[in-house]
Amino acid sequence: MSAPLLQVRGLTKRYGARLGCADVSFDIDPGEVLAIVGESGSGKSTLLSLVATELAPDAGTVSYRMRDGVLRDLAGLSEAERRALMRTDWGFVRQDAAQGLRMAVSAGGNVGERLMGLGERHYGRIRGTALDWLGRVEIAADRIDDPPTRFSGGMRQRLQIARNLVTSPRLVLMDEPTSGLDVSVQARLLDLIRRLAAALGLAVIIVTHDLAVARLLSHRIMVMRAGRVIETGLTDRVLDDPEHAYTQLLVSSVLAA
Amino acid sequence: MIRRAILKAIAVPGYQVPFASREMPMPYGWGTGGVQVTAAILGRADVLKVIDQGADDTTNAVSIRRFFARTSGIATTTRTTEATIIQTRHRIPETPLREGQTLVYQVPIPEPLRFLEPRETETRQLHALAEYGAMHVKLYEDISRHGHIATTYAYPVEVAGRYVMDPSPTPKFDNPKMDQSPALQLFGAGRERRIYAVPPYTSVRSLDFEDHPFRVQQFDQPCALCGAEGVYLDEMLLDDAGRRMFVCSDTDHCEGRRADGHVGTGDAV
Repeated sequence: MSAPLLQVRGLTKRYGARLGCADVSFDIDPGEVLAIVGESGSGKSTLLSLVATELAPDAGTVSYRMRDGVLRDLAGLSEAERRALMRTDWGFVRQDAAQGLRMAVSAGGNVGERLMGLGERHYGRIRGTALDWLGRVEIAADRIDDPPTRFSGGMRQRLQIARNLVTSPRLVLMDEPTSGLDVSVQARLLDLIRRLAAALGLAVIIVTHDLAVARLLSHRIMVMRAGRVIETGLTDRVLDDPEHAYTQLLVSSVLAA
Repeated sequence: MIRRAILKAIAVPGYQVPFASREMPMPYGWGTGGVQVTAAILGRADVLKVIDQGADDTTNAVSIRRFFARTSGIATTTRTTEATIIQTRHRIPETPLREGQTLVYQVPIPEPLRFLEPRETETRQLHALAEYGAMHVKLYEDISRHGHIATTYAYPVEVAGRYVMDPSPTPKFDNPKMDQSPALQLFGAGRERRIYAVPPYTSVRSLDFEDHPFRVQQFDQPCALCGAEGVYLDEMLLDDAGRRMFVCSDTDHCEGRRADGHVGTGDAV
């Protein structure tokens, strides 16, 4: 067993008297896909924001194994280090593509931005890499100069993925990447995510309310309710043989196709 | 207070220093920032020149020059060589500046990152961390859309290897004049309440790509009045039949050359 890539311990966040999430701990190994499921308001998105250091926790730590192999508490990073980590070694695919993309900038510019941020100053190379990545996420090469405002919902999500993966990150956070898309587009996107994650050895934390998404993508699953983790385990085990009463309810409420 | 901001700006080249911009006897957008900087540095022995788009005789330039002459009793000139302080909107004089001269720019939008990032808190952070990747996104967009870097004015520069700065809406033709200039360059943005500076002999590098290097505008013909080449030309409409003439944007430079006997073709195109 390799050392964990990400180590979360006792994460707690309160919004005044209300609880965001309480005492959440988990590890993620390199290349592992973890799904966080639960109904709306269960604290999934709060947890993801805490992990992404976009929110400051009231208690608990998030530690990440840097490229030099040292596990570091993210709260101890300087702002410059934190931002550099977020835009090179991490990715964040948002539910709303408008938050994760520059909507006024062409697809090529969107994919190339992280490269330019890392100091790439050769237009031809940036464009070549952008074309390569658009191809990998199944966006036609002749759309490279179109802004995402002219893209469909599914294409926007795929562009977000390309924009995030261009720097070869090791950990990608995804917040409901397929919600709001129709079923056939969802299937295609999920298939793409699964293939890329496997091919690149990505560790992924995916937040979803859709158990089918969790079933298809994840190795492990974490069920949340009212800010607490109530069950965790291998995806097939949790979904086929849920222990907790709430998980049983959640699983049984899914319509069999 | 403004002098303190100016000193700080000179100490940190290219960094935008906030200052409490005052009400000026003119509207925002007419050079309130430049006027405040000029008023803060004027001394008894100074000779002031004011240009607007290179011209000494446009309304804005005439008004500001007259305002300072009347309120401070200072000497004014239209000759670049005689001036110690030159307040400018949108041009750098063609005559090379020398040590001891100060160029004061009127700046409408001081923040080069503004078009990519509307939040001031965020742009300050980007400057603090020297995260300027987004600046190249703009240039990338230019090339992908037009095949070359189509930004022709307010072309972003990197000052002293650190801060990225908006050189105010001067044509990019003037960018190379900023690099290692012997003159002090001060920038005042009245509405946006920022002052920044480039001290003498400071490197000012225009951003570009390795395979799309920075280039200035080229003109096909010399000035129709004085025959000057390698200067920035204005396109003048002559009549309602669409006849046009290309003449020096820098009126003092053009007049000086004509006084020395240089003559252009005088032809319209």
